[in-house]
Amino acid sequence: MIGYLFLLILVAAIAGYVVNRQAARSQAFGSGARFHSLPGFHGAYALLLTGLPAFLFVLVWLTFEGPIVDAVVMASLPAEGVAGLDAGKLSLIEAEVKSIAAGNVFGEPEPWKFAAAEYYTSLRGTFRAALWISVLLVCGIGLYIARRRVAADFRARHRVEEITSWIMIACAGVAILVTAGIIASLIYESVRFFERVPVAEFLFGLNWEPQIPLREDQIAGAGAFGWLPVFLGTIVITVVALVVAVPIGLLSAIYLNEFASARVRSIGKPVLEILAGVPTVVYGFFAILVVAPAIRGAGAAAGIDVSPNTALAAGGVMGIMLIPFISSFADDALSAVPRSLRDGSLALGATRGETMTKVLFPAAIPGIVGGVLLAVSRAIGETMIVVMAAGLIATLTINPLDSVTTVTVQIVTLLIGDSEFDNPKTLAAFALGLMLFIVTLALNVLALRVVRKYRELYD
Amino acid sequence: MSETAIAHSVDWNEPARLRGIARRHRRDLRLKAIGAGALGLAALMLLILVGSLVYNGALAFQQTHVTLEFEISADHVDPAKPEAGNYRAITRDAVFRLFPDVTGRTQQRDLANLISNGVQYDLRDRVVADPSLIGSTLTLDVLVSDPYDQLAKGAIDRATPAENRRLGDAEIAWFDRLDAEGRISKPLNLGLILNADSRFPEQAGLAGALWGSFYALMVCFLLSFPIGIAAAVYLEEFAPKNRLTDLIEININNLAAVPSVVFGLLALAVFLGWFGLPRSSPLVGGMTLALMTLPTIIIATRAAVKAVPPSIREAALGVGASKHQVVLDHVLPLAMPGILTGTIIGMAQALGETAPLLLIGMNAFITQAPDSVMSPATALPTQIFIWADSPERGFVSRTSAAICVLLVFLIAMNSLAVLLRKRFERRW
Repeated sequence: MIGYLFLLILVAAIAGYVVNRQAARSQAFGSGARFHSLPGFHGAYALLLTGLPAFLFVLVWLTFEGPIVDAVVMASLPAEGVAGLDAGKLSLIEAEVKSIAAGNVFGEPEPWKFAAAEYYTSLRGTFRAALWISVLLVCGIGLYIARRRVAADFRARHRVEEITSWIMIACAGVAILVTAGIIASLIYESVRFFERVPVAEFLFGLNWEPQIPLREDQIAGAGAFGWLPVFLGTIVITVVALVVAVPIGLLSAIYLNEFASARVRSIGKPVLEILAGVPTVVYGFFAILVVAPAIRGAGAAAGIDVSPNTALAAGGVMGIMLIPFISSFADDALSAVPRSLRDGSLALGATRGETMTKVLFPAAIPGIVGGVLLAVSRAIGETMIVVMAAGLIATLTINPLDSVTTVTVQIVTLLIGDSEFDNPKTLAAFALGLMLFIVTLALNVLALRVVRKYRELYD
Repeated sequence: MSETAIAHSVDWNEPARLRGIARRHRRDLRLKAIGAGALGLAALMLLILVGSLVYNGALAFQQTHVTLEFEISADHVDPAKPEAGNYRAITRDAVFRLFPDVTGRTQQRDLANLISNGVQYDLRDRVVADPSLIGSTLTLDVLVSDPYDQLAKGAIDRATPAENRRLGDAEIAWFDRLDAEGRISKPLNLGLILNADSRFPEQAGLAGALWGSFYALMVCFLLSFPIGIAAAVYLEEFAPKNRLTDLIEININNLAAVPSVVFGLLALAVFLGWFGLPRSSPLVGGMTLALMTLPTIIIATRAAVKAVPPSIREAALGVGASKHQVVLDHVLPLAMPGILTGTIIGMAQALGETAPLLLIGMNAFITQAPDSVMSPATALPTQIFIWADSPERGFVSRTSAAICVLLVFLIAMNSLAVLLRKRFERRW
């Protein structure tokens, strides 16, 4: 439905282009006057004037249509039906009215709900009709203005370029908008969470049991929202991942950079690139299909009690995922060391290995550290592997053979299948998200600083 | 000290020196061997990863069928209302007729479970489409249910004791009898691509997920490609050096490193919560993926635009083109191969992205393919996640097969990117 509307705007804009270009051409031909701009620019001017305002108009309309229709319908409900209900009940009624309007009737709703549904349908129809008419009108006005401006001295090219510059600035601004959106939504929902749960309890609490009481008098279900055990679990898994990824990644980078023949390089690099391109959900399935049973089997053979969702399995597989990340950063850092250092070391009689360990590697350490920091940030923010392979219950432990949970696992499990943001359980996910954003942002900024400092050293 | 060092000549053939050199060379070799070992280990892990998935997934590319004769009698189906017929009885009768010796109620119930639950609906659709079938006997290859499918593929070990097996001795005997009669076949499993999701592993397919991913990627492309190019061209060609553009650049670099789950939270709060867009829809999924792909496209476009030599711009400016004309008519066409390569790589990343889609509900159980960007759907990676969570044995091989399908798409997209780069990218 809305698709057709956009199609209409597109067709109108193209029609505007053709009409205006033709007009400019025939005027130039008829009068013989020298036009400032080519006919194509007059066309493009009409295209922008016809299409752009209508497009923006539709976006603004669609943003406000839903809430306005909802508010009008809810205000029209009979007083005896909604008197004294809280926000949650009201939103349930709203959802029921909408589902009746969509044709899904469950049970036997009261007649006034049917009336509301009918009103809702008719109101939406009115709004849609109004939207179509307004869009036609906006397109028509734009085309009219553009058509009237076709003249020899009209600077269509300047106008078109001005408008496209503004469009490009707006597009570049999307990046700021996204960051602002992330920060605003996380802070807004987190503030609502901290209204219900004290900040100190969240930051320093040692218990994480994200439950909400089902009944008012249920004491056991009160839940606890201390994020430390969850964060500790994240750190345990990150450490395991780094223990796997850093040595393998660094050593393969050293080998590829210094020792490998061109043929080995041409095989080794793509292998690492493929590892980097595998989606994380695939790594997650690999962890539960192959790695976790193998660890459990090894544990049983050694007589150690291993839990089914070990941090070792999730962290180990995450380590595999991070190998290409670390090796490509280390490779770049090693290649960035000036040639003169390498040549000098070799000329003094050092072997290739000695040059690598005593000269190149120490010189590349800042870049490598930056890469490892970015890898840590990736590991902390990684979601699918841990959602599939790590546990759900937060325990204060640093034993990698235990089951631990992570920040991202908690965010996903708290939010799957839940869309009402009015209880601490769902809001807690946003508080965790805020912490995750802050921690990863700090790591990224730190890593970029380290890398930049190091670059300045040699440039 | 230095004087004595120079005065004292070094005998390099002294045995202690030679040993020292040999030791250094050994150390060198050791480092080389360890490095090669690390690289080999990484390759081995890739091999195990792909190998285990292909090994497990191979089972799901075949599906066991059994040939049965269905008597569509007028007793069970009223010709006036074919859609209300008792197809369950027809399918049960078709199985029972082959085993006249099985009579007990519980045994018959077990026997009826031999074929998939979906067969009756398939039969109904056929009869509704062609009511003249009523009264005739229809011979069809139909799906067997998951345990028998696993048995036929050898995934159930006959040597395990009966109480630990998913099929009893009697059930295995039934199946073997059908096999001996030549009724069992294992054709290529087209249902894996053509069917939508189902609770029953033997019927579950990827159609819904493939369409969902297609719609989401389309939305993602339509949003991120023009916006990304416009933003990158502005920053690279037009932007004055000021605080605002600095801020934009810092933002783009940071967005590239924000965890994907945070984008999911943003989509949940803004797109679903504030704008009220439909949950589980490819539209919202595509918008979320577009936000994540945007930095990739912007960075790739900037690199490609920067690689166009200034002489091209100067030449165009020199013959009187405006700055916009230079960019639109000369710089962008020359940079397009690089831009497209970056875009395809970004799309491939978006295709494999899972976490944000989970948060906006694209992991719902949906049994039909979406017909628009607004209808609820799953995507390929979220379908993999749903199946990986399902307890039925048949879903293990389906999950692996779905991953193989996903990997094929990713390899195709990345190869296309490599090809584009090799064929069209110009170096000046």
